Amino acid sequence: MTAFTVNGRDYDLDIDPETPLLWVLRDELRLTGTKFGCGIAQCGACTVMLDGMPRRSCVTPIGMIEGSEITTIEGMEGPEIAAVQSAWTAIDVPQCGWCQSGQIMSATALLQQVPKPSDEDINNAMAGNVCRCATYVRIRQAIHDAAKTLEG
Amino acid sequence: MSVQTTRRGFLAGGAGLMLALTLPLDRARAQAVISGPFAPNAFIRIGTDDLVTVMIKHIEMGQGPYTGLATLVAEELDADWSQMRAEGAPADDKLYANLAFGAQGTGGSTAMANSFMQMRKAGAAARAMLVGAAAAEWGVPAEEITVKAGVVAHAASGKSSGFGALSAAAASQPVPEDPPVKSAADFVLIGKDRPKLDTVAKTNGTAQFTMDVYRDGMLTVVVAHPPKFGATVTSFDDKAALAVKGVEMVRQISSGVAVYATNTYAALKGRDALAVQWDDSAAETRGSAEMFDAYVKAATEGGITVEEQGDMPDMAGAAKVLEAEYRFPYLAHAPMEPLDAVIEVKDGRAEMWFGSQFPTFDKPTVAKALGIAPENVAINVLLAGGSFGRRAQGSAHLAAEAGEVAKAAGRDGAFKLVWTREDDLKGGYYRPMTVHKFRAGIDADGKIIGWENTVANQSIMMGTPMEAMLKGGPDNTSYEGSTNLPYQFGARRIGWARMESPVSVLWWRSVGHTHTAYAVETFLDEVLEAAGKDPVQGRLDLLPPDATRERGVIEKVAEISGWAGPVRDGKGYGIAYTKSFNTYVAEVVEVEDRGGVPHVTRVWCAVDCGIAVNPNVIRAQMEGGIGYALGTALHNHITFAPGGEVEQSNFHDYPMLRIHEMPAVEVAIIASDADPTGVGEPGVPPLAPAMANAWRAVSGARQYQLPFGGAIS
Repeated sequence: MTAFTVNGRDYDLDIDPETPLLWVLRDELRLTGTKFGCGIAQCGACTVMLDGMPRRSCVTPIGMIEGSEITTIEGMEGPEIAAVQSAWTAIDVPQCGWCQSGQIMSATALLQQVPKPSDEDINNAMAGNVCRCATYVRIRQAIHDAAKTLEG
Repeated sequence: MSVQTTRRGFLAGGAGLMLALTLPLDRARAQAVISGPFAPNAFIRIGTDDLVTVMIKHIEMGQGPYTGLATLVAEELDADWSQMRAEGAPADDKLYANLAFGAQGTGGSTAMANSFMQMRKAGAAARAMLVGAAAAEWGVPAEEITVKAGVVAHAASGKSSGFGALSAAAASQPVPEDPPVKSAADFVLIGKDRPKLDTVAKTNGTAQFTMDVYRDGMLTVVVAHPPKFGATVTSFDDKAALAVKGVEMVRQISSGVAVYATNTYAALKGRDALAVQWDDSAAETRGSAEMFDAYVKAATEGGITVEEQGDMPDMAGAAKVLEAEYRFPYLAHAPMEPLDAVIEVKDGRAEMWFGSQFPTFDKPTVAKALGIAPENVAINVLLAGGSFGRRAQGSAHLAAEAGEVAKAAGRDGAFKLVWTREDDLKGGYYRPMTVHKFRAGIDADGKIIGWENTVANQSIMMGTPMEAMLKGGPDNTSYEGSTNLPYQFGARRIGWARMESPVSVLWWRSVGHTHTAYAVETFLDEVLEAAGKDPVQGRLDLLPPDATRERGVIEKVAEISGWAGPVRDGKGYGIAYTKSFNTYVAEVVEVEDRGGVPHVTRVWCAVDCGIAVNPNVIRAQMEGGIGYALGTALHNHITFAPGGEVEQSNFHDYPMLRIHEMPAVEVAIIASDADPTGVGEPGVPPLAPAMANAWRAVSGARQYQLPFGGAIS
């Protein structure tokens, strides 16, 4: 049995401990906002918050997260995620949309740590998130816009 | 193109009344479809809550048809944008055909072009019926009624109403046969930036894609495919696979060995535990180098003539003769959502949920696999996490595999077929590997007197159900973009050599133009340089007087990029122009030489796609197309080791463009009153050749093979 918290709810599940968190979130908890893109931590589509830090759920075995607090796109709260989502919609960042939960998780984590990121900060924080539609111009713009909103 | 709306239907339910406009079809069929929960048989539904839902006949995979087609309806309906909604239309060839194909499907950047008048007529008809209903209810002449931003009003009597309150009465109004549409001068919504209808769901995790579908008792299925193309299963041992907790069964199907499990991880673990023996006797066993040798030989021999103009002069008499050979690798599409499909079979009927891009092929294929009639298959077309051509399958191989998986289970039930990234990259349906050979002659004045180009590659359409569309002719998608060039070359001869292999190939965002644009536009630059001409002026000089749209985008991109020749302040600048899918695009690329590696810093793009229905979407597609093309040119190739196995497997060795590699992009849209053409693909072709031309300028090197970062020898 592995006990952990997802979006504020407690779970205690009897699952093969090698099972990646990604598939537990999707197949067991039906939290489908977290996406599968590569399975080897190369694309970032599966990014969740694990104890407040961004983490690739596709390479995180469930056996390793005993006692952890997980937050998925569905459970995100706070000024940063609100600013990011609002900046994302204002300039229509998504195209196909598949990678965008992961992009938004990484962008939110960035703004939580660096309130006013430079282009270089954005490159460093977002380089692990692939967008095959190449919406990068707008991702960068939206992060800057969100930072301005948070500045008030 | 004209579409008549000759029948209506309406659905009365607890939630409200829906007004439906339908294409001609028999009454029984109309009622059957209208009463079905997934086939409202209409382009438009208006609820009592004032919401206008447009059934979108084209798959939404990021290229914007949900927003674009809804804009057309809203324009003629005079709806307010905030009341518009979009929903994917189900598989139904009769109701939802692509008018460019005569069957339901999305591709060739045709969504806007074929829907432009059809959706406007649908909106105009609905508007006329709402007005008719208001006139009857208020006892006033219809001509005195206005509709603006979702409000139907009669000024003299002071009466007004939203659409919802009139929808019941509107449903019993006669359907206008051929309602008039607005002239461009009266457009309120078309031509202005419009927020996309699918954005919000794609920023909060609620957008539903195929992989997000879960049905009661559903099993997840992964398939072990042969490691070599053309190989088949000899035998397999499933003992270890069946011992994995959660694995329910293992079945052989025509594409490999399928593992069924109660969750995705168990299915993957079970597949890893399979031991399969493969029969390679009909398999492709050549490595990439050996394949290229054969392609070069065939291209050198000249192929069949697919275009010829003028009498080819004796090149021996030319002042200069240039020759070049280009090599392009196989490419995977790599949509972020790998291929997947959900199928549920019950009592001789099947229902599917997936990103079906060619429902017209997918539906009968599933039916055949299951041994049931096509009318017993329903397909719900879901949002797709990218496609770039990958889901547009003439072979319908994904639908076939899903059908076989369900059939082989030997019982009713729901099954989710999932491909992993490794399955995707190793699974074929690649952009064809291609070789181009060129020869051009220039006279003493620098004038091009002869242009020869032979293309060697596999056919995408031959050997598939789409071959019939070629009517016995060669496959134009193999060399489009080498032919029909606007440039005046004197004599020209274009050849095509068809290559064959068990490696499956498919259209990849911009199809033939993915390689022809690169080969033509870089070789042209080389020829212009040899003739002592500027890349921009040299191109303009080759255009005939009536090539106004070609000239328009080239001049525009030169203007916005501040074109001043190929080198400026130590940076290289290159231009390329391509007309693809009836859209004209020219791009200028700025490249820096960073330690012998090209780094693209800025891109300027001028696009003429006729009436710009939604400039926001057009800019997004140009930005995205540029990034898609850049990542590919920098990093991507699918290669075969000697023996025939694919050497790439995931994003670590088939790298995607990342944010730090994305250049700044400026897009200029040419004002036009021509009918709109596509934007999903045309941003792609000019990028790589413009980049190569800029790289030549700054580094002195010419790039005759792609990718830049690691070409095949």
